[in-house]
Amino acid sequence: MRDTLHSNMETHTVDVKEAVMTAKIQAMKTNVHYADKHALKDVTLDIREGEVTSFIGPSGCGKSTFLRCLNRMNDTIDICRVSGTVLMDGEDIYDPKIDVVQLRAQVGMVFQKPNPFPKSIYDNVAYGPRIHGLAANKDELDEIVLTSLERAGLLKEVKDRMDAPGTGLSGGQQQRLCIARAIAVSPEVILMDEPCSALDPIATAKIEELIDELRENFTIVIVTHSMQQAARVSQRTAFFHLGELIEVGDTEQIFTNPEHKLTQGYITGRFG
Amino acid sequence: MTDVNSATATEGKLSGGARTKALVAAGIQKRYRAERRFRMYGLVAIVSALAFMLLLFVNIVGKGYTAFVQTEVLLPIHYDAAVLDPSGTQDPKELHRANYGKIYRDSILGLFPDVQTRFEKRKVTGLVSSGSGFEIRDAVLENPALIGTQAEVWVPASDDVDMLIKGHIDRNVPEDERRLSDQEIAWIDALDAQGRIATKFNWRLMTAGDSREPELAGIAGAVIGSFLTLLVTLLLSFPLGVATAVYLEEFAPKNRWTDIIEVNINNLAAIPSIVFGLLGLAVFLQFFELPRSAPLVGGLVLTLMTLPTIIIAARVSLQSVPPSIREAALGLGASKMQMVTQDVLPLALPGILTGTIIGMGRALGETAPLLMIGMVAFIVDVPGGFTDPATVLPVQIYIWADSAERAFVERTSAAIMVLLTFLILMNAAAVYLRGKFERRW
Repeated sequence: MRDTLHSNMETHTVDVKEAVMTAKIQAMKTNVHYADKHALKDVTLDIREGEVTSFIGPSGCGKSTFLRCLNRMNDTIDICRVSGTVLMDGEDIYDPKIDVVQLRAQVGMVFQKPNPFPKSIYDNVAYGPRIHGLAANKDELDEIVLTSLERAGLLKEVKDRMDAPGTGLSGGQQQRLCIARAIAVSPEVILMDEPCSALDPIATAKIEELIDELRENFTIVIVTHSMQQAARVSQRTAFFHLGELIEVGDTEQIFTNPEHKLTQGYITGRFG
Repeated sequence: MTDVNSATATEGKLSGGARTKALVAAGIQKRYRAERRFRMYGLVAIVSALAFMLLLFVNIVGKGYTAFVQTEVLLPIHYDAAVLDPSGTQDPKELHRANYGKIYRDSILGLFPDVQTRFEKRKVTGLVSSGSGFEIRDAVLENPALIGTQAEVWVPASDDVDMLIKGHIDRNVPEDERRLSDQEIAWIDALDAQGRIATKFNWRLMTAGDSREPELAGIAGAVIGSFLTLLVTLLLSFPLGVATAVYLEEFAPKNRWTDIIEVNINNLAAIPSIVFGLLGLAVFLQFFELPRSAPLVGGLVLTLMTLPTIIIAARVSLQSVPPSIREAALGLGASKMQMVTQDVLPLALPGILTGTIIGMGRALGETAPLLMIGMVAFIVDVPGGFTDPATVLPVQIYIWADSAERAFVERTSAAIMVLLTFLILMNAAAVYLRGKFERRW
């Protein structure tokens, strides 16, 4: 597997060596069609382990679509067709042998709008561990829930009302609850689809801080409309335009010295 | 449009905000008038709907409330051992067969010693219900020690006496136009003067099966029949309907076949219920040779009728579960089954329950398909099981409404009141359940 991967890599990516060293996810010539619409065109991109990668680009550019390819959430859309290869730790996640349930336990997701279950705060966080049978007993489950809430920076605010409905929290708290829920499964990668777009600046700042902390343990991919956010939280940035990956590189380089004119135009606010 | 044009012409010199303000001012009264008119229409619609409902209730209750009491006659009964137990063995079989009619007939004739002719004797004994003999028999069978004793016993009056006491027979109409002759009325008044006539709560209406004699007829058979039929319907249609809805909504691929199935389910909901009755007759009775008039078959037929209602209601409430909840579950790696059972179904349950109860309400009020499978038969016994012959409340109403006796009019209304009470309770339960499940979050 490694060998074939290697040869593939050489044909598709520039920085082969570095990618093989640290790439967690490698997408190669990934295409997505929604019925007749070609939404994602030949995207080849590496997501590096232990880094925050941000996807930026104007609305409808395919960044969310690509994000949803990484945990096969696009499977749930009937008219959606994905082709090409997406490797995670060298294994094709679109291989028929791969179980999508397994994959999603490894690749967690946080959505644009906070979507806690209409259950208690505790049950929200315990949901993943319960369905996957991660905790052997009640004590272990308690431990997982508390640690996850702690890591999501929510524990202090909710520890006295673990039985209160998760839907009763504020927007920012709900989103952190969703993050706690995602990390309770101990995934390797966390995908975030515009996690702050429904939040006020203070809640946004808290989430950004959190993302920075989570980087130590998780590989994070974040889709964002805010270029400042991308600059603040990510180490690598990928710019999408009309379904194509225009440019990918270190965040600093993308924002200070973009190679492509389109990228430059977008980050300086000339279009988008 | 013309308003705007003329306004533009007259206010042509005004520009920007001033012009908008003038145009709004010109049209504002008209808008408010339209709103007031619309509110009025709504009010009229609601008031007239309520008025008709009130009229219906007043009519039914007004006609029916008297059925809850029954006129009874106090007779000095002599449990004559020579008549009841000539052999003196107190053998239950003998006791069962004894001539109890003679007991109550002798008793009432004893109250009118002047009556001599056979014709008049028959008239006098006809003042009390022919069911009195059975009531005396039941009392004797229960307590054979009564034999040889005497006691004052309340027995049901005949339906004509009942109607006279309740004021449904007018004493002022000419004798040949009313059910009771002057002589009979005189006897009744004589009994009344002795304090031998009273109206008592009509337990028979609640505990007896159907009867040709209105004063003995009750709705117990129909209520039990309805209950058994609905139980079969609920046990079959709820799981089937929910499973169908869940499969179609969550698991089935969206293709031409599922489209065809969907169209057919919607069509099924619109099929006249009598057609389901014919289907039940052909399939369940002719082909599977299930028993006629049985709650089991009634329940099967009503299941066919209720299924589409439940499926449609369940699908709508499944669809109304926000996609974000599904994404949250799937994103955490829940399998489809886990997503459905843990997240989607609990959220859809209030809607499914409401739909089910409304479907059951429809099934409870259904008459036509049950006529086709023989549930319209005259059945005296209260059904004891799913395969016993039975009838249901609406069919009982239909049978009584069709009966000639004046006393069945009030009983028809009383049965309608009972049916409506059940329907109102079911709808209230639907509202309560919906509120309860939704309030949890």
